[in-house]
Amino acid sequence: MAEMTYREAISKGLREALETDERVFLMGEDIGAYGGAYAVTRGFLKEFGPRRIKDTPISESVVVGAGIGAAMAGLKPVVELMTINFSLLAMDQIVNNAAKLRYMSGGQLKVPLIIRTVTGGGAQLAATHSQSLEGWYASVPGLKVAVPSTPYDALGLLRAAFEDENPILFAEHALLYGLRGDVPAERYTVPLGQADIKRFGKDVTLVAYSRMTHVALRAAEELAREGVEAEVVDLRTLRPLDKERIIQSVKKTSRCLVIEETWRTGGFGAEVASMIQEEAFDYLDGPVARLGGADAPMPYSRSLEMAAIPDEKKIIRTLKEVVGI
Amino acid sequence: MKVVEKIEKKQVAEFYRQMLLIRRFEEKAAEMYMRGKIRGFLHLYIGEEAIAVGAISVLKPEDYIVTHYRDHGHAIARGMDPKVIMAELFGKATGSSKGKGGSMHLFDASKNFLGGYAIVGAQLPIAVGLALASRQLQNGRVVLCFFGEGAVNEGEFHESMNLASLWKLPIVFFLENNLYGMGTHIDNTHAGGRDVYKAVGDYNMASHRVDGMDVMAVHEATLEAVDGVRSGEGPFFLEALTYRFRGHSMADPINYRDKAEEAEWRRKDPIDSLKRWALEEGVLTKNYVETIEEGVEKELQAAVEFADQSPDPPLDSLMQDVYA
Ligand SMILES: Cc1ncc(C[n+]2csc(CCOP(=O)(O)OP(=O)(O)O)c2C)c(N)n1
Repeated sequence: MAEMTYREAISKGLREALETDERVFLMGEDIGAYGGAYAVTRGFLKEFGPRRIKDTPISESVVVGAGIGAAMAGLKPVVELMTINFSLLAMDQIVNNAAKLRYMSGGQLKVPLIIRTVTGGGAQLAATHSQSLEGWYASVPGLKVAVPSTPYDALGLLRAAFEDENPILFAEHALLYGLRGDVPAERYTVPLGQADIKRFGKDVTLVAYSRMTHVALRAAEELAREGVEAEVVDLRTLRPLDKERIIQSVKKTSRCLVIEETWRTGGFGAEVASMIQEEAFDYLDGPVARLGGADAPMPYSRSLEMAAIPDEKKIIRTLKEVVGI
Repeated sequence: MKVVEKIEKKQVAEFYRQMLLIRRFEEKAAEMYMRGKIRGFLHLYIGEEAIAVGAISVLKPEDYIVTHYRDHGHAIARGMDPKVIMAELFGKATGSSKGKGGSMHLFDASKNFLGGYAIVGAQLPIAVGLALASRQLQNGRVVLCFFGEGAVNEGEFHESMNLASLWKLPIVFFLENNLYGMGTHIDNTHAGGRDVYKAVGDYNMASHRVDGMDVMAVHEATLEAVDGVRSGEGPFFLEALTYRFRGHSMADPINYRDKAEEAEWRRKDPIDSLKRWALEEGVLTKNYVETIEEGVEKELQAAVEFADQSPDPPLDSLMQDVYA
């Protein structure tokens, strides 16, 4: 067992893949000489050379498209989009090509591409640079979407992504890179499509992913002081979605709050909440509550930004108001 | 006809056969569309056949092709079976994509024909990636990427030209300039004027223009381009001037073009021109030409019958091949 940061865990996963699989190469803006906007690939250029570590122009569309082409031709590219905000410039390649080529070709083609990107707000980067768009991508059949919350999950999911043959959006949270956590020395993977119970409890289920998992855990600690035991389900991947584990938990607790960082309207949480009421309605003691970010562009000012993003207080308030805890 | 030295009779005959096969395939497809056997968008390549046939004849089997939604010509020139293409157009289980792609999305991975792309310009980044793989794997493969002049004004075009040239990737970018993007003339869309091939000069890419109605000229120009690209000189940009004789798709009433302009281009019909030249010069005999023509008709008859008699895709295939 070793302790490492979320950033180190992802670096480790990438390095392992580069070392063991000749088909793997990395490309993206500033991943080489600069070392990555979030320093995940620092030192990689020196270690693996420019054939495997490719700095690209600021051309999101061709970078993702080239990843798709290279993947179809038998390689295993990892494309880094500096942040998920910039994925909008590559959205056509992601949604219309990566996700659909296998289906449209009647199963003739495969696109084993990993798109690493950075999601989330909370760093006062304002409206264009603080979005959590992974839920949009999760609605696209043909894509998989991973949203790790811990170093353990990040490494395990990344290994699973390298073993997968499908296009995967791997969204790392900007505020989690420094988070420390235990990572076993022996090799393990975290299968895509397996949620994780990050805290056991019998009174209420909190469903979250990525950084919101930690917010939910802190809220759960506070609730525990009031004698309420919350169970925290970390989705880990949005697509595939581990419906079973969510339903199991809700059947046990009979109460549920779904939390996400992004805009509430049309958020992925709506999908989860709707699935719960369809599949566990008879077990519920009240409505499935939702907590999302404010339905406004992300403001810059610290106080406004904090007001826009879910936190422990809002979780507890929502539980009291809607769930009746 | 451009006089091309060293061209063999066999090759000329094959040019004629392929161009005719494409033309007649599409005429049949149009007929089947009118009869309701084919639905959705159907974009015909009629008038532009010399480009696909002349250019693709240069490639090796291991080379890659990507193209736009006007893709029947490229698919047939690459040797895809007209039967499975027609079946795909009919939406049948025996189609190249098992009825899931349709006219705009033809693929044959076994022939490295990696697709018709229906989003204007979307195949250009894919071409860059295929060429990048060829470079990474050192396997000498070249990518031939077709697109219309409409794509030149997309951001992806410029991103792709820049990156392909920066990394000196083995791609021939092949612009099929038929003057109109749907109903809008190039003069109303492109600030750089009519010499579109010059647009890549700023990307340090060599380029050249060729008569797109002359299969021999296209063949020769592509041969040169592919040679340079294969030997590591970086990408090459070819522009062929051409004209689509039909509407943009079957839904197009074509009320934006001058009839005199259409007639002028029809006089340059690439198939008629080749036939006339080959007969006049004694490259092909009348008998041989007729044999080709009969063969094409038979093949297409069989293709239509095959498509018509094939079953619809089973409903449980709906959820197949979403994931690998
Ligand atoms: C990104 C995008 N915008 C618009 C369309 C609709 N559309 C399809 S073909 C076309 C015209 C393209 O013209 P050009 O590239 O010159 O090719 P041509 O059809 O003439 O072969 C348009 C506007 C599309 N498919 N994709």
